[in-house]
Amino acid sequence: MLLDVKGLRKSYPGGDGPVPVLRGVDLSVRGGETLALTGESGSGKSTFLHLVAGLDRADAGSIWLDGEEVADLDDRGRARLRRGTVGIVFQQFNLIPSLDVAGNIAFQARLAGRDDPGRVADLAARLGLEDQMAKYPEDLSGGQQQRVAIARVLAARPKLVLADEPTGNLDEATAERVMEVMTALVAETGAALLVVTHSERLAAGLSRRVHLARGVVS
Amino acid sequence: MRRQIARALWSHWRRAPLLLFTLVAGLALATALWSGVQAINAEARASYDAAAATLGEGRFDQLVREGGIARADYVALRRAGWQVSPVIEGRLGGVRIVGLDPLTAPGGIGPVAMDESDLAAFLSGDGAVYGAQAALDALPPGPAERVLAPDVAPGTVLTDIAVAAGLLGRDPAVIDRLIVAEVQPRIVPPLDEVAPGLTRRTAQGGADIGRLTDSFHLNLTAFGLLAFAVGIFIVHGAIGLAFEERRPLVRTLRALGAPLSTVVWMMGLELLALALIAGALGLALGFALAGALLPDVAATLRGLYGAEVAGSLSLRPGWALAALGISVGGAALAGASALWRIARMPLLAAGRPRAWARGGARGLALQAVAGALLLAVAGGIVLVGGGLGAGFAALGALLVGGALLLPPLLDRALALGARTARGPVAGWLWADGRQQLPGLSLALMALLLAMAANVGVSTMVGSFRSTFTAFLDQRLFADLYVDAGDGDRGAALEAALAGRATVLPVLIVTGEVSGVPVEIQAARDVPAFAANWRFLSAGPDPWGALASGRGAFVSEQLARRAGLSLGEAVDLPGGALPVVAIHADYGNPAGQVILGEAAFRARFPEVSAERFGLLLDAPEAEIRAALADLGIDDSAITDQAALKAFSLGVFERTFSVTGALNVLTLAVAGFAMLMSLLTLAAMRLPQVAPVWASGLTRVQLGRMELARTALLAGFTALAALPLGLALAWMLLAVVNVAAFGWRLPMMLFPGDWARLFALALLAGALASAWPAWRLARTPPAQLLKVFANER
Ligand SMILES: Nc1ncnc2c1ncn2[C@@H]1O[C@H](COP(=O)(O)OP(=O)(O)OP(=O)(O)O)[C@@H](O)[C@H]1O
Ligand SMILES: [Mg+2]
Repeated sequence: MLLDVKGLRKSYPGGDGPVPVLRGVDLSVRGGETLALTGESGSGKSTFLHLVAGLDRADAGSIWLDGEEVADLDDRGRARLRRGTVGIVFQQFNLIPSLDVAGNIAFQARLAGRDDPGRVADLAARLGLEDQMAKYPEDLSGGQQQRVAIARVLAARPKLVLADEPTGNLDEATAERVMEVMTALVAETGAALLVVTHSERLAAGLSRRVHLARGVVS
Repeated sequence: MRRQIARALWSHWRRAPLLLFTLVAGLALATALWSGVQAINAEARASYDAAAATLGEGRFDQLVREGGIARADYVALRRAGWQVSPVIEGRLGGVRIVGLDPLTAPGGIGPVAMDESDLAAFLSGDGAVYGAQAALDALPPGPAERVLAPDVAPGTVLTDIAVAAGLLGRDPAVIDRLIVAEVQPRIVPPLDEVAPGLTRRTAQGGADIGRLTDSFHLNLTAFGLLAFAVGIFIVHGAIGLAFEERRPLVRTLRALGAPLSTVVWMMGLELLALALIAGALGLALGFALAGALLPDVAATLRGLYGAEVAGSLSLRPGWALAALGISVGGAALAGASALWRIARMPLLAAGRPRAWARGGARGLALQAVAGALLLAVAGGIVLVGGGLGAGFAALGALLVGGALLLPPLLDRALALGARTARGPVAGWLWADGRQQLPGLSLALMALLLAMAANVGVSTMVGSFRSTFTAFLDQRLFADLYVDAGDGDRGAALEAALAGRATVLPVLIVTGEVSGVPVEIQAARDVPAFAANWRFLSAGPDPWGALASGRGAFVSEQLARRAGLSLGEAVDLPGGALPVVAIHADYGNPAGQVILGEAAFRARFPEVSAERFGLLLDAPEAEIRAALADLGIDDSAITDQAALKAFSLGVFERTFSVTGALNVLTLAVAGFAMLMSLLTLAAMRLPQVAPVWASGLTRVQLGRMELARTALLAGFTALAALPLGLALAWMLLAVVNVAAFGWRLPMMLFPGDWARLFALALLAGALASAWPAWRLARTPPAQLLKVFANER
């Protein structure tokens, strides 16, 4: 099992005490599996992804990722996890503004020690970014930026790819193309993919589908 | 309505207290820096005055008469318009007591130039004696109050003339000598008519410290302005930001019907109020600073002014007004353009605050061109030459040009670093530094100027110190300096001291060489001269050539003005001689020619020596006794060795105080960086959050923040080195020559540079310490907000 989440709880401070968002989430993902995570706005999908990626800490429960308990890791351990084991694509503002496209795509792979210029060029070509390599994020359209973010995560060859509404800001046609490329590339590397999406059509293209509501996954 | 506008404008500060703090603190620091430098300059002046005061007695002509001068003669001279002042002196327990009349003594004589309030203390009751601790201790017990005054020459106490007469048990109506003030009324009756029988003893020549120090003051003043410029950079940044951020507010106010003129007017008024508050704060700060930096001054003043410790450090209205003026003027300078842009802003323009100081590639290129042009202008002015004004214009062009060139240069350097960096983190660090550059460039320019001022100050002060020390060694190498009064007694002195001292007669005539007024002097062929004199340039064996009458030395001033160089003949009475060496003669307005003693006597047989330098081979007491037997009393003897040591001590104190100026300017520049980093911190999260998400820890990010600022500070320091050296060179070789006619040799102190470089890195690291710490402690939830759907 690549990812095994049990009894995950998280609450945020609110006006009258802590407001629970996740109330005991259980979820298992095998290597190579592709999942769609759906749920209403505010149901805690992003929160869940952030916890799995080691970006934030849970209140209770366990997250076993590739044989490691994420909750036991310190800041450095979590950073190592983010470099090599899990890659995340946010809905927006994924890119490092001071680096050009080529630098952005290669950044995480180089951090993980998996620098491979051939793969960067290949990914760029597959995602239609060959002509943008010397540009800076602020000069790219939203769709281009998302493709760069996807290329960056895939270049690092993580075992688990998390994507938080990666196409939320894109028009439908573009969104579909981006998702297609992403699923194809993930399949090639044998990684697992967990995508948060509202789109029925996108969810239909994936192998499994889970729903988050009232703090639990069904 | 005005109240509503004021409230709206003010509300901005409540939401942005950091910005308000930056603005007020920046202005206050700029003012404090300026006041601090003023205080240091004042300290320098006080020190020189003190040094001059101890030389004072030798600086003035004196009237003497065998057996003393009657009070009636003194009164007659004063009535006739002669500016003379009486002195009674003698020895008591090995201490030389000098009684002065403070009402008539020329300025610069006495502990310090006194003003009226001090007179009362000086004159009252049993009186007070002023002297260094050792001299006061050596004084036999007596009723006079002992006041510590370290500025008074060693072994001497000063007091009122009546007190001196009392202490010495002398008739106050018999005066030992009269000091002749430098400036006399244009028409006074000849001395013989008013008071026959008085001899005029001319002032001791030699080191004219006053003129030498004028140059030092000019340089320090230039640096004081530079320090203020550093402050203005900070203010400019803070005010620019404060106004830019309120553009949306101004737009809203106008849309709601507030007239533009009222808004601009009120913002100006608000700025004025802030500037006044900041100026007052800065004044207090500068005041505290001066007190902390100048404990020596306080001690001296305490000694001189008795209970009135606050005397010189009390708030003088002029000083306070100047400080407030500087603060308001600086704010006006920095605020004018910001206000102008607000006033010109079209109503429908985007209310979004423009990104602060975003330069863009074109802006950088423009800046580079403007900077290069200014440097070229500075170079051109130096090449073409000109007066003092041109020199200062060149200085200004150099500094502004250097500051303008900094951001483009840094941008290029960082781009190069990013291209050649190994590893993703290093690559990002360089690229990120480049991205931060526009927001930090004002602070970095301030750092550049501060560093350049530092290199300049240390070079200038160092050069000045070695020059001054060498010059004192050269000019004051004798142990005692004796005025024999006339040639016959001089000859007797030479005979009497033979075997007990090396006697160096002062043989001097004045004349003209190629239209330049000169003093022609003789140098006796003794090893001490060769051991102590340093030349600016010299042919082979200059002393041999001098002693054998085959050549002459000329001073730098004469060489410059008469266009003489080594080997060329200098036209002298009795035949021309080739120049075999050019020596430094700092501060002397006249030119100088040195001849061998034999050659001098052959050319000027009528001149006999009245004054002598003595290098003692026998105990000083024995020599003094021998001189007393010849009728030469203590007033005609100057202890040059003690004088030199004392003068050096006084200067040393001033030099060490200027070191504080360096640290201070750097601290202010560091503060500017801190403020810029803090204002940038809010824009920072979106830039670092993706890096964090990609697998760096927050602690690593904090460390990068430190490294990046240190990197920028380090590069700036590197750029500041040539700029500072150019600055020092201009001051020493261009401005000084234009102002005083001689060039202060420039010396390099690489050890200082290394220390400064380390200090710049430290300033950068300290400035970024807090922002870096904050970044390292940012809660993950806050970083994650960057990626949240709505921002
Ligand atoms: N940093 C935070 N502080 C306080 N509350 C938060 C924070 N982050 C999220 N929340 C709250 O937690 C709940 C879940 O938020 P989350 O972003 O995980 O929802 P989501 O399912 O991703 O919604 P969406 O589909 O709109 O992106 C929301 O009610 C949100 O307001
Ligand atoms: Mg979400």
